[in-house]
Amino acid sequence: MKTIHVSKIIEAVKGLCMEANYDLGEDVLAAFDRALETEESPTGIAILQELKENARIAREERVPICQDTGLAVVFAELGQEVHLEGGLLSEAIEEGVRQGYREGYLRKSVCDPFTRKNTGDNTPIILHMELVAGEELRIKVAPKGGGSENMSGVAMLKPSDGLEGIKRFVIQKASEAGPNPCPPVIVGVGIGGNFEVAALLAKKSLLRPLGSENPDPGLAAVERELVEKINALGMGPQGLGGRTYALGVHIEVRPCHIASLPVAVNINCHASRHKEVTL
Amino acid sequence: MTEPIVLTTPLSEEDVSRLRIGDRVLLNGILYTARDAAHARLVALMDRGEELPIDLQGQVIYFAGPSPAKPGKVIGSIGPTTSSRMDAYSPKLIARGLKGMIGKGSRSPQVIEAMVQHKCVYFGATGGAAALLAKTVKKAQVVAYEDLGPEAIVRLEVENFPVVVINDARGGDLYREGRKKYSKEAS
Repeated sequence: MKTIHVSKIIEAVKGLCMEANYDLGEDVLAAFDRALETEESPTGIAILQELKENARIAREERVPICQDTGLAVVFAELGQEVHLEGGLLSEAIEEGVRQGYREGYLRKSVCDPFTRKNTGDNTPIILHMELVAGEELRIKVAPKGGGSENMSGVAMLKPSDGLEGIKRFVIQKASEAGPNPCPPVIVGVGIGGNFEVAALLAKKSLLRPLGSENPDPGLAAVERELVEKINALGMGPQGLGGRTYALGVHIEVRPCHIASLPVAVNINCHASRHKEVTL
Repeated sequence: MTEPIVLTTPLSEEDVSRLRIGDRVLLNGILYTARDAAHARLVALMDRGEELPIDLQGQVIYFAGPSPAKPGKVIGSIGPTTSSRMDAYSPKLIARGLKGMIGKGSRSPQVIEAMVQHKCVYFGATGGAAALLAKTVKKAQVVAYEDLGPEAIVRLEVENFPVVVINDARGGDLYREGRKKYSKEAS
C-alpha cells in the first residue's frame, strides 16, 4: 500500500498542462523531419519548416505551441494498492488543470454549449479513469484542440462492411476534413467495442508515439496502407497540396457485439500534445 | 517560390484585385481578431441597424483567439482558427466593406460568391504556427467585447504577417487546385 497526498497530484497535473502545451514531443519533430525528406511541394516544405521553427520558439520561450491549448483530456490509471489522502482524485486533477492553465498563460477554451459563456478556468475537464493493478498512479494530460476534434466521427458499420468498409470510412473522414484540422495530422482509429468505446479507442490511439509500429503486424500493415492512401489524395500540409497530410494512422481494436462493427476516427493536428507522469 | 507581395492595411479594391491564389503575402498595419461570438454580435448589430464598434471599410479580420500574454509580451500565441464557423456571418461583413479575412480551412460557396461580388480575399495562415505568428504582432489592444475573454475583438498592429491567398476575388480556390495538382487518385 502506498499513500499519495492529493497536493502532489495537483502539482504534477499543473506541470503536465504547461509542458504539454509548450514542448512538442520528439516523436512529432522526428515525423516533421521524415516528411521533409519526402514532401514534393515547395509550399509544403516551407510549412513543415515553419512548424519546426514554431516548436523551437514554443519550447525555448515556454509559450503555447498553438493558441488553442485545448480541452484538457486526462487519462488517470490508479493502482488499486494506492491510498489517496487529502481529497478526491478527480477534484485534485481538475484543480491541477485550473492552476496550470492560469499560471501557464494557457487559453481557457471551455464554454456553455448554449449561451457559449466561457467557464473562465478551462474546467470541467475530460477525465478518463481506470483502476489497474499495482501501487502507482499514472496520469497523462493530452490537451486537444477544437479544430481537429470537430473533424472526427463515429460510424456504426455493418459486419458485412468488413475491413474494406472501415478503410473507406477512415479515408472519407480524412478527405472531408481537408485543410480544417491543421494538417499534417495524426489519424486515430478505434475499431470495435460499442458506440462510445470506439471513440475512446480512437482518442487513446493518439497517445501512442508517432512513428511507432502497431504491435499487431496485420494492423501495422493496415496503418501503413491508410497513410499511403490518405496522402495520395494530395491534400498535403495545411491542405494546400502536397505529399504529407497524415503523419501517421494509429489503430486500436477491441471485440464488439455480434451485430455491430463500430469505427471511430479522431483526428489530431500536428500539435499532438501529451505528457505523462507516474506517482 | 516567388517573392512575397508586401501589403499594408486597409486594403484597396486594387490591392485585392491583383492578388491570385497561391500568392504569398506579408501583411502590415492593422488586423482585427474576431471569432464566432464576436461575429454573432457584429451581425446582430448590423441586423438592428446599429453602429459597429469597428469600421470594416478596407479592413482585414483575423479569425483568431490568442492565448493570454505572458508578462512582458505583447500577446500570447496566435494562430488561425477554422474559418467555416464564420461562414454564416462573413457575407454580411464583406458587403459592409471588409476586404480580407485570415483563417484556415475551406469557405462556403456563399462566402466565395460574396468575395467575388464585393472584391474581398481570403488568406490562409499556418494553422498551429501560433508561437511563430505571435512574433509579427507589435501591438495588441482589446477594442470590443472584452467580456468574451479569448473571443474579444483585438486590434493587432502587425509587421510582415505571413499569409497565402486561398480564395481570390475571381473565385479561385487554392485548396481545390493544390489538391488536384498532387492527387494520385484515378480521375
